Amino acid sequence: MQQAERGWIFWTAAALFVGAAAFATLAIKNEYPFFAGYLILQFMVLATAWNILGGYAGYVNFGTSAFFGLGVYTAVFLFKATGAPLLVQIAAAAAVGALLGFLVGLLTLRMRGIFFSIATIALTIIIETFIINWKFVGGATGMPMIRPPATAPFDSYIKMLFVNGAVMVVIAVALARFIQGSWIGRGLRALRDDELAAACSGVPTLKLKLLACVISGALMCAAGAPNAMYLSFADPASAFNLNYSVSALAMSLIGGTSHWIGPVLGALLLGSTQQLLTVTISSEVNVLVLGLMLILFVVGAPEGLLGLFRRMRARFSGDAGGRA
Amino acid sequence: MKRRSILAALGLLLAAPLCTSTAIAQQPIKIGMSMPATGGLAAGGKSSLIGIEIWRDDINAKGGLLGRKVELVVYDDKSSAAESPAIYAKLVDIDKVDLLFAPYASVQTAPILPFVKERGLVLIGNFSFQVNAKVQHDMWFNNAPWGPPDSWAASFIDIGTKAGAKSIAILAADQEFAQNVAKTTKAVASARSIPIVYEQNYPPNTVEFSAMIRALKAAKPDMVFVASYPPDSVGILRAVNEIGVGDNVKIFGGGMVGLQFASNLESMGALLNGVINYNSWLPEPSMFFDGTKEFFAKYAPRATEAKVDPLGYYLAPFGYAMGQMVEAAVNATKGFDQKAIAKYLRENEHKTIVGPIAFSPDGERKVSATLQAQYRGVVDKNLEQFKTAGKQVILFPENVKTGEVIVPFEKARK
Amino acid sequence: MDGLGRGDRHPGRFFIATQAAERGIQVRMFSFELLLDAVVLGLLVGCFYAAVSIGLSVSFGLLDVPHVAHPAFLVLASYGAYILNQNGVDPIIAGLMLMPLFFVFGLFAYRLYYETFERRGGDAGVRGIAFFFGVAFVIEVVIILVFGVDQRSVHALYIGKSIDVGDMRIPLRLLVAFGVALTLTAALALYLARTFTGRAIRAVAQDELALRLMGANPIAIKQWAFGIATAVLGPAGALLIIVAPVDPTLDRAYIGRTFCVVVMAGLGSMSGTLIAGIILGVVESIVLTLYGASWAPAISFAMLLAVLAVRPQGLMGR
Repeated sequence: MQQAERGWIFWTAAALFVGAAAFATLAIKNEYPFFAGYLILQFMVLATAWNILGGYAGYVNFGTSAFFGLGVYTAVFLFKATGAPLLVQIAAAAAVGALLGFLVGLLTLRMRGIFFSIATIALTIIIETFIINWKFVGGATGMPMIRPPATAPFDSYIKMLFVNGAVMVVIAVALARFIQGSWIGRGLRALRDDELAAACSGVPTLKLKLLACVISGALMCAAGAPNAMYLSFADPASAFNLNYSVSALAMSLIGGTSHWIGPVLGALLLGSTQQLLTVTISSEVNVLVLGLMLILFVVGAPEGLLGLFRRMRARFSGDAGGRA
Repeated sequence: MKRRSILAALGLLLAAPLCTSTAIAQQPIKIGMSMPATGGLAAGGKSSLIGIEIWRDDINAKGGLLGRKVELVVYDDKSSAAESPAIYAKLVDIDKVDLLFAPYASVQTAPILPFVKERGLVLIGNFSFQVNAKVQHDMWFNNAPWGPPDSWAASFIDIGTKAGAKSIAILAADQEFAQNVAKTTKAVASARSIPIVYEQNYPPNTVEFSAMIRALKAAKPDMVFVASYPPDSVGILRAVNEIGVGDNVKIFGGGMVGLQFASNLESMGALLNGVINYNSWLPEPSMFFDGTKEFFAKYAPRATEAKVDPLGYYLAPFGYAMGQMVEAAVNATKGFDQKAIAKYLRENEHKTIVGPIAFSPDGERKVSATLQAQYRGVVDKNLEQFKTAGKQVILFPENVKTGEVIVPFEKARK
Repeated sequence: MDGLGRGDRHPGRFFIATQAAERGIQVRMFSFELLLDAVVLGLLVGCFYAAVSIGLSVSFGLLDVPHVAHPAFLVLASYGAYILNQNGVDPIIAGLMLMPLFFVFGLFAYRLYYETFERRGGDAGVRGIAFFFGVAFVIEVVIILVFGVDQRSVHALYIGKSIDVGDMRIPLRLLVAFGVALTLTAALALYLARTFTGRAIRAVAQDELALRLMGANPIAIKQWAFGIATAVLGPAGALLIIVAPVDPTLDRAYIGRTFCVVVMAGLGSMSGTLIAGIILGVVESIVLTLYGASWAPAISFAMLLAVLAVRPQGLMGR
């Protein structure tokens, strides 16, 4: 009964979220909140996707940039070759991401945790090199793209991207929530704690790892696709920027890796802070803030914001030995 | 203690309406832009910004523009394209600036062109290369020395062919700007039936160029055109000095970014000799116009204090020129109507501290003013020498030429 | 393409070159001489890669610390060498002078890391990585605030000169890299194999519990080892700024390279680091000469993936 109730609450909240995004596009005339907000939504998807593999399964993926960049260039390729609309670009990117995730999963089967991470670094560089040498999508020169007009009922492309982003967040979070609560999540948690023991107890570790890789990869790639239209420009250095890998990781950690809402909170906090800093102090201080936030959170709040909330709730409800 | 602060606050609150009413009458003019203050392009970005700030201070000292104070609204784009759309949306929609400048460099500028085209806003470019080619915005004015795209490569190749060169080697970074320049070089070379005997693109973060220079040398080119970015430019020159490019090479250089910055000039020293490289401004007698000398006198102390390029020849004077052009346009049109300003900028020749500037319909300069200069007699560990004429002899364009080229390259190196 | 010897201008080359240029194909010269040059230069560059990675071989390879701030420390050492060089000190000497300072820095850093992560147990992995990223960013900003964003280089007698070995011209600074790399590798390998503390370090890497049962304090040993790993960055950082100019964000370019070398080597193997570095350098060099430099990074990292897939413990790993 509780599960069904919580499901009802979740879906209502999700509908409200998208509704609020859509309403904002009607109510707010300025486009700046949508430009900035889009980036935060994009990072929510990236962090949630990262957490499926990184938080639930404990496999730290450093190759978020590889998937993201691949998503950008899938969109560029489709747009250049066929003029495909945004939704097709995203769907195609998700498919490509799923495939790449599957291959990466297969390739890194035998690798211990940290080797997996390094393999993902290698992956990013390899994919970036291929794109640099692919003249059709612009290669190192970069590819400017002219946006088609926004489809109705949106009157501006960025507003369309914004609402699209909100929907993608809901999809990503729904997937993460589903995984978390199902046997898949339990299996991933088991293999995160002790892979050998889990395998011995009959958990299908290989299948679960592959599944996590596929879903995570698909989402990350899908998050990259609209970015091409957001910038109206694509170049390898921007698309494969290390910043995406670090941010996805940082946001999940800061928010809390054990629950699907952690990455969302982390993306909201870190993303908003960064956007705010960009238009206020705006200098090397941005990088300093990111660095300090990372250090402070991993040292002071090992379980992220969620851990802090739990601790506060435990303290207030008078629970002396609360789970912290 | 507490009471005093409450009283002070009340006082301010009461005074505020007074301030705002006078403030409305004297609202400052806001010019908005992003500028790389962090990331790979920061060195150039900071220097460029100081040039613009000097213009702002000069014009405010004269009483402002149209009687109003000029304010710059600047955000850091981190040398990344991802930040530009949000920044420029804020500048236009929230900060409500009166005019837009583009950031230094092509990569961050490319995403904003569709935005400003959609909104019908003037955008003054800052050293981008060919960003408007696809978008075709009619209110784009690129403040940079290069004009028609082929003119840069053509000027270098002309110098080579006049000296008897018959083949060319091209070395270019796998990076947006370098690739665009290299493309034009290839086009010019094929158009003139000059064989390209060696062509190499190298990835960013390449540390060692010895093997590449070795392979280039074996191809025996007569000219070597290099399109590189600051870290690579230094590495390539070092390798050239250590390995040598061969006696056939008449001229070497062309499109090496980074050799214009003071820190590299100083550290490279004698390794620079003989190289013919592009530049935007040099302290040669033909390059001093109205106000140029005064500008550099103001620039040097500010740059040294901000720990930025102390010479500032490459970008800073052009930042000042951006301001000068805007000043002329606004004074002429007596307002900020974007179309009127665009018309004025398009139809007139503007006098600036870097010389006269006129624009062609695509927003680039009508006539190329990209200098090709050869380093001569440079010694190590001496920054002052670059402030005097004769260290970088201008070979092109004709109207500012200050010397003849010395070939072949190996001879010019001594 | 016919293999062409040096010194003769083959008339057919002109024709081939124009044809290829028209088709936009990159013209590649092949000759054994070039290949030999590429191998030799690649070997020297590879030694440079090994030298900048060897500290990581100890900190990550032996101590399992996910030290993504290693390149940031390296860049910090480069700037240290830069300051000393501005005062007339030769960069290599500067690097040696920095060693004691960096040793202490390493001791302190490890203490901080240990207190925060390993003591509390749990999944230190991800948080450790995030922590070091944070440290790397802070170091970047500190360097920017102190030195500004411009590139810095050093001056030395051997920069800009080369020597002729037979038909080849070898840049002196690469030979310096070669020398430093060999010395560092040999020194560390000997230290770990012959001295008491060295062997204790290797023991703690293999089985910490056993070491504890034998009465030695593993934490102190690990701290000492991390100190050494950081001290090694002194000469390595000097090497970095000798080979190419440095700027504050250079560390990001080296994260991939250094981890690639260390992992390919097999965790904890000093000689493996040298070999892996050399292989990386040589492969890059050959690809650049034969196929085009643009593909070099893909080939290097594909090699890493291949090694990991086929032999997960690395080339010389246990």
